[in-house]
Amino acid sequence: MREIALHILDLAENSVTAGAQAVKISVCEDLAADRLRAMIEDDGKGMDAQTLARVTDPFYTSRTTRNVGLGIPLLKAAAETCNGHLSITSQPGHGTQIEVVFQHSHFDRMPLGNLEDTFLSLATGHPDLHWIFQYSVRPSNEAETNTFEFDDQPIKETLREVPLTHPDVLAFLRDTFFNGITKVRSELVP
Amino acid sequence: MPVVKSLDDLKRIREEALQKRQIKTSPGHTQIVVGMGTPGIAAGARETIKAILDYIENNKLENIVVRQTGNIGRDSYEPIVQVIVGDAETVTYGKVTPEAASEIMEKHVKGGSVVRAYIIPA
Repeated sequence: MREIALHILDLAENSVTAGAQAVKISVCEDLAADRLRAMIEDDGKGMDAQTLARVTDPFYTSRTTRNVGLGIPLLKAAAETCNGHLSITSQPGHGTQIEVVFQHSHFDRMPLGNLEDTFLSLATGHPDLHWIFQYSVRPSNEAETNTFEFDDQPIKETLREVPLTHPDVLAFLRDTFFNGITKVRSELVP
Repeated sequence: MPVVKSLDDLKRIREEALQKRQIKTSPGHTQIVVGMGTPGIAAGARETIKAILDYIENNKLENIVVRQTGNIGRDSYEPIVQVIVGDAETVTYGKVTPEAASEIMEKHVKGGSVVRAYIIPA
């Protein structure tokens, strides 16, 4: 996978598989600290210490149909190559938090990629979950952090029986993600 | 404030959608499932679901539910898309590129005829 946004989609799918009801995804391009950070927090079933230790092992997968689960180990390796890290905090019954950090300016850092399509696909593809998305840019020590925040709860409360896949709602969501992310990203260019 | 305005937009969308629903008798709804496990994502499943959502938006299709699921278990055929029209049997398509997804939407979901070329052999 050649985009951080695709890895985020993959990690969020793990949260869904773990039975999460709410997932929060936060991405921060912190130019002041030269860091790109992504965090996925869920309230799923969590993992015990043994499972946790095996998750970053390339030969571990919770699936039984195939023996290689390369999502997390490859992302961890990519982050470490870019002077970053991947850390997972989890406890059975207390959900899972995954944080992945890259040196923002590192030559080998994969692009953040299409975050708006990752958000759109998660929110529409799993409408029973509560999704919270956050994307922020901190251009410098002096400048203010610009943040785009999305919470699907008020939207679903307003729409009630009308699904998120209604064509007008799709147009609304696409605009919301695209405009929100583009506006925050414009702060990247001085 | 932008948030209030956007929720007002959604209220209007909701009212219009409900009015339309009352006028025409609602046809059986269609369910589309996209495999979004690691192999699916690596094979381009996000672009596939985007093409499906774009088609729904551009062609104003209603009564369609799109879902993501984990691995469907046929890794060499990813991206995999399943289409269930009303009470009909599930049709499983493989190697569904965004172009193939648009074709399936046009011919199967909108037109009602299965697209044999993309069906995964059992």
